[in-house]
Amino acid sequence: MKENRNKYQSRRDFVKTAGKLLVAAPLVIIPVFLAEKTKATGYVWQIDPFKCTQCGQCKTNCVMTPSASKCVHAFRMCGYCDLCGGYLRQGVKTISTGAENQLCPTGAITRKFVEEPYFEYTINEELCDGCAKCVKGCGDFGNGSLYMQIRHDRCTNCNECSIARTCPSNAISRIPANIAYLPKDAGKK
Amino acid sequence: MKKALPYILFILLLCRHVAVFAQDRFPRPEFESGHVYPTNQMPAPRAQVWEYIDVLVLIGALLMTTWLALKKRSRQGLIWMSVFSLAYFGFYRQGCICAVGSVQNVSLALFNTGYSIPLTALLFFIIPLLFALAFGRVFCAGVCPLGAIQELTGLKPVKLPKSVELTLALVPFIYLAIAILFASTNSQFLICRYDPFVGIFRLDAPYTMIIFGALLLLAGIFVNRPYCRFLCPYGVLLNIFSRFAGRHLTITPAECINCRLCEEVCPYDAIIPSDTDQKNVAPEKSRKRFILYFLLVPLFAATGAFLLYNLAPSLSGANSTVRLAREIRTEKKTGIESELKDVVAFKESGKTESELYNEEEMIIGRFRNGSPWAGAFLGISFGIGMISLTIRTKRNEYKPHQGKCYSCGRCFKFCPIKVKV
Repeated sequence: MKENRNKYQSRRDFVKTAGKLLVAAPLVIIPVFLAEKTKATGYVWQIDPFKCTQCGQCKTNCVMTPSASKCVHAFRMCGYCDLCGGYLRQGVKTISTGAENQLCPTGAITRKFVEEPYFEYTINEELCDGCAKCVKGCGDFGNGSLYMQIRHDRCTNCNECSIARTCPSNAISRIPANIAYLPKDAGKK
Repeated sequence: MKKALPYILFILLLCRHVAVFAQDRFPRPEFESGHVYPTNQMPAPRAQVWEYIDVLVLIGALLMTTWLALKKRSRQGLIWMSVFSLAYFGFYRQGCICAVGSVQNVSLALFNTGYSIPLTALLFFIIPLLFALAFGRVFCAGVCPLGAIQELTGLKPVKLPKSVELTLALVPFIYLAIAILFASTNSQFLICRYDPFVGIFRLDAPYTMIIFGALLLLAGIFVNRPYCRFLCPYGVLLNIFSRFAGRHLTITPAECINCRLCEEVCPYDAIIPSDTDQKNVAPEKSRKRFILYFLLVPLFAATGAFLLYNLAPSLSGANSTVRLAREIRTEKKTGIESELKDVVAFKESGKTESELYNEEEMIIGRFRNGSPWAGAFLGISFGIGMISLTIRTKRNEYKPHQGKCYSCGRCFKFCPIKVKV
């Protein structure tokens, strides 16, 4: 009887040890296999402004409300025009700061006179909800100095960005966290 | 810095791109008033150090939970541990990074050349599994924020009929297999997308997600930990690893006296009763069944592989490129112009249709390669599950089922044996 029990016991121990080795193996193999691919720096999600088609889905598809993606102004690309395609609605009668003339639905763009004939347009980040209407307007009629970027103070850095999943032009991708932004006017003085 | 160099070059290249295509329709002004360009404030992402601190917190929390569950045997302590994890990993870190989702990062990195996995994600995947292999599912007990929120809201446990419990327990296997298939084909991260509680952690989500999470929590008041038991894909891995745990939480601190006081208290049906009264199936019958199921395992595996292989084209619809190609094909066939934003963007991008179709073919091919393995995994898991139903072991004590036990410590107080620590 005693012998029998020992036999079962050792068989059970064998199964357990074999199983343990079997499941432990991937825990060793996976890191070894991924050693080359593992990066000490993390990644963040960012919009490539040159791929962006200003479809406006950034505003609605982000898990944050309002969206973590907002408009950024590359001042060094701007023409400082009086008739601004990003600021004014198409076909306005008068060029003024009247609410009825503004393209931005939240009034997040400030227009400031600099000198004849130039005007400076600044984005109020607090108000911007990332609808990309101004970006489209500026790209269609101007220099394209307005562009979308994901702001990392708002972005929760989801494992899979829900805007990236639905972005029709695949403009959003993971970039190394130490780069963080893809400015449109990088290198311009 | 050296590593960043290619990216900086890439950005510089992009700038050249601008110069070539010269979007500057209007010349840049030459200010006479001495106006200077304002600079944009670009907030930096969370510092990398904090990501590593998260890993340290994970290890610390796991060690603490292990001590509380295995040594201190304190349900109270485990509840406080859950509160801490819910606060830190849940509400402070907003459910990201989590071990449950890291399965997908690992599979994406394993099967894709373009993706390099952050070290923290790899650590979040491996460390809880190591702990499961050593001490059982202590990760579920008090570290996982998804588990913690359900543990704290599971107030009136009701036991499910065994048949319902066993059938629903198959769902996580299917979920895991499909999630790995989707992640490894670079289609989408299913687990993150349908994470039920992340919306509650963020206090901000589409209302469907909040409703799903709230319903699960409501159900969880009675059917405890519904996500852990019937959905959690990482739980499948923890379940397998925990079965081989070297040490595990015990119901009794000393020798079991078979008083049967703990028999009905586990809401997860994770207590294996002692069978001194021999009410199990006769050994001859169960032995035959064991052999039958053992021989059937290859058949189950083949059936699973066959089924999923044939489902591959449908499953590949999870990939946006495949969906786009199908939309374009429909557009061609019907002649009705699609208004989908993806289609509009595709037409603007200047990519040719044959390029798209080639890409689609490649992705479906990857689904065809991966899905039989997913199916075989499901078949084998099902087979092993059936086998385990026939195994009849002689037990003279009440023990936790190492795969199912979440080490929550509910059973401690029902054991009359008290040992001074």
